[in-house]
Amino acid sequence: MSSFLLAPSQPVRGVARVLWHLAETAVTPLVPADYLDLVSPLRRGADLRGRVVAVEAETADAVTVRIKPGRSWRTHRPGQYIRIGVDVDGIRQWRAYSLTSLLRAPDGLLAITVKAIPGGKVSNHLVRALQPGTLVHLDQAAGEFVLPEVLPARTLFVTAGSGITPVMGMLRNHLDELADVVVLHSAPTAADVVFGAELRTWAAQGRLRLVERHTAAAGVLTPAELDAVVPDWRERHTWACGPTGLLDAFEEHFADHQLAHRLHTERFRPVVITEGEGGTLQFSRQGTVVEADGATPILDAGEDAGVLMPSGCRMGICFGCVVPLTSGAVRDLRNGELVTASEGDGVRIQTCVSAAAGPCTIDL
Amino acid sequence: MTAIASPTTSTTTERGSRLSVTQPERRHVPKRSGKPDPTGHLSAEQVEALGRELDALRQEVLDSRGSADAAYIRKVIKVQRTLDLSSRIVLLFSIFPPAWVVGTAGLSVAKILENMELGHNIMHGQWDWMRDPKIHSQVYEWDHASPSAQWKRSHNEIHHTFTNVLGRDNDLGYGIMRVDEDQRWSPSNLGQPLWNLVNAAIFEYGIAAYDLELGKQLKGRGEDPERFKADAKQVLAKIGRQMRKDYVIHPLLSGPSILHTLTANMAANLVRNLWTHSVIMCGHFPEGVETFAKTSIDGETRGEWYLRQMIGSANIEGSKAMHIMTGNLSHQIEHHCFPDLPSNRYAEIAPRMREITARYGLSYTTGSLPRQVASAWKQVIRLSLPNDFSVTDAAKAGAGRLLGRLRRGRAAVAA
Repeated sequence: MSSFLLAPSQPVRGVARVLWHLAETAVTPLVPADYLDLVSPLRRGADLRGRVVAVEAETADAVTVRIKPGRSWRTHRPGQYIRIGVDVDGIRQWRAYSLTSLLRAPDGLLAITVKAIPGGKVSNHLVRALQPGTLVHLDQAAGEFVLPEVLPARTLFVTAGSGITPVMGMLRNHLDELADVVVLHSAPTAADVVFGAELRTWAAQGRLRLVERHTAAAGVLTPAELDAVVPDWRERHTWACGPTGLLDAFEEHFADHQLAHRLHTERFRPVVITEGEGGTLQFSRQGTVVEADGATPILDAGEDAGVLMPSGCRMGICFGCVVPLTSGAVRDLRNGELVTASEGDGVRIQTCVSAAAGPCTIDL
Repeated sequence: MTAIASPTTSTTTERGSRLSVTQPERRHVPKRSGKPDPTGHLSAEQVEALGRELDALRQEVLDSRGSADAAYIRKVIKVQRTLDLSSRIVLLFSIFPPAWVVGTAGLSVAKILENMELGHNIMHGQWDWMRDPKIHSQVYEWDHASPSAQWKRSHNEIHHTFTNVLGRDNDLGYGIMRVDEDQRWSPSNLGQPLWNLVNAAIFEYGIAAYDLELGKQLKGRGEDPERFKADAKQVLAKIGRQMRKDYVIHPLLSGPSILHTLTANMAANLVRNLWTHSVIMCGHFPEGVETFAKTSIDGETRGEWYLRQMIGSANIEGSKAMHIMTGNLSHQIEHHCFPDLPSNRYAEIAPRMREITARYGLSYTTGSLPRQVASAWKQVIRLSLPNDFSVTDAAKAGAGRLLGRLRRGRAAVAA
């Protein structure tokens, strides 16, 4: 059946391929995409991108960004995140944010909700400077912090701050299918609760039980309080998302009660990069590990340890030694400037003028 | 991409960082011509102070580098690609003379922009800081006979590191010409005005051969035959793709305009060759540009390196459009001191560089495009003859060489 259906399209595909190949030979050394991207950056087959359609305030320091994804967008499972690459001061920065949108939203838009964190380069840009119409770069959705296929009868969501965002993705899509939901959310004050109005409306409608913890007045929630706040927590499947301290405490508590299998956590991974003078260099492909001080160029440190490294002028001008820094921090020996990278950021460094400023992984 | 996957061995001699060299005293290595040291009046402290001033100037630009610069390069890319595509579309109808003229002019400009303001500068890493994988020194491939990787090696690494050092920077005459009194004269230099003209017409292939070190290889002085073979294969493949595009695919797409599109594309490539050759000649060949003895750079400090770049390069004065069409290589002095600063920023630092050179009593060679081109040509023509040219000396030298050759030939036969 399917082969019958596919058959007529075969020759077309063949012609299309020939035409595509012709286009490639006509635009070499560029590729057809370099021209198509100028007019249709969101077309099917293009690198995944999105167009910012709206930026809506949630709280004083949080916004929801609505993005029209390119036609290469597949789909997501509520609770998953996307990585978004946005140019801040001309520099492409990648960050991960949980999706809060409906799976089959009528407008077809994706939504992420971003809270500005003090000193956060990207979050502050998104909250305060992002304009509708901006083109952003996207990765397909990822992450395991999702509800199972068969939904549990009773659920508990423990969230704090912007940790509510993946949970909001789940609730917006599945609240009607979840019979008994408790949301235990922490924020400094009532005004700081992201999605406060929507959560309170659901609570008023009796669709979930909402417990707000305003930590500025009441202090930080501890797992020991669970018995008092949610007495049947042992019978619930729990999803928790928030700062590391909270998650560590809950994981320990659940493990102590032999209930670790009932707890699912999502850790924010704000770019945690240890800065310092010197550090361990890991050359991932060649499998060499070297300790380097903060004054030695990575090129010298690598070569001294027998790593095969591209090199050139050894003074920072020729860019012949540029290699990807998968993760870590390096310092430019000429002016002390710090460059940091996490996996997927696509950061490359000149090894002849960069020294380790903490543990680094180098793609060599 | 390949540059990352396969580490290459360094072609620049010694290991170890060249970043933090200090010299307590200045020294001068005299050149054969006996020309005085143009920096002889500066003390070691003054040279280090100059280095710090230029470092500070560089830092100033780095600190203000941002979204406006990113918008600039993206705009140039957009304009270039739009012009390129629309010119090629016009040329589909090149059988009509106006279409031929308009299309050829547009394509010539697009090709020049691509090589100069985009290719050259992107491959210098001027835009790496944006972390846009499409505008990155390690990824960009230009519309040129020489593959990016090979061009970066000979240009970024050798020419920019050893700028104007006699015997180390082959850009001084590309190994086929004598453009400085301190380069040794040989009778083959007599033909160099002609070589230069031919090279101008086929410039991109001249560069490809130069990057490949074809001359060395033919003379049997090639260092690494394996690498040469691999490189030669790459160049030929690239030239094949380039030629197929300009001289087969686009003419064929033009149907009845096939021959006209062929000539239009040839004309556009010729225009680009002549233009880039002229601009590049102006960078280091005109009168007033200094050269340096081979051993003068042993233990060179950062300040001395800057010094060499400043007086070893020459600028071109002109309109904003001219600057863009030269890829801002009209700001050659600024480019050579700061090869990785975005090209759109050279214009604003040029007056300050000029002020600094004046304050330190150094030359700042510049002039209009016609003047600088004429000056470079004058050098090429003048230096095709020996420095102290006289007919008898020349005859003697020529006869001596001939006799030597005959003797060697006889010896070989006898053996």
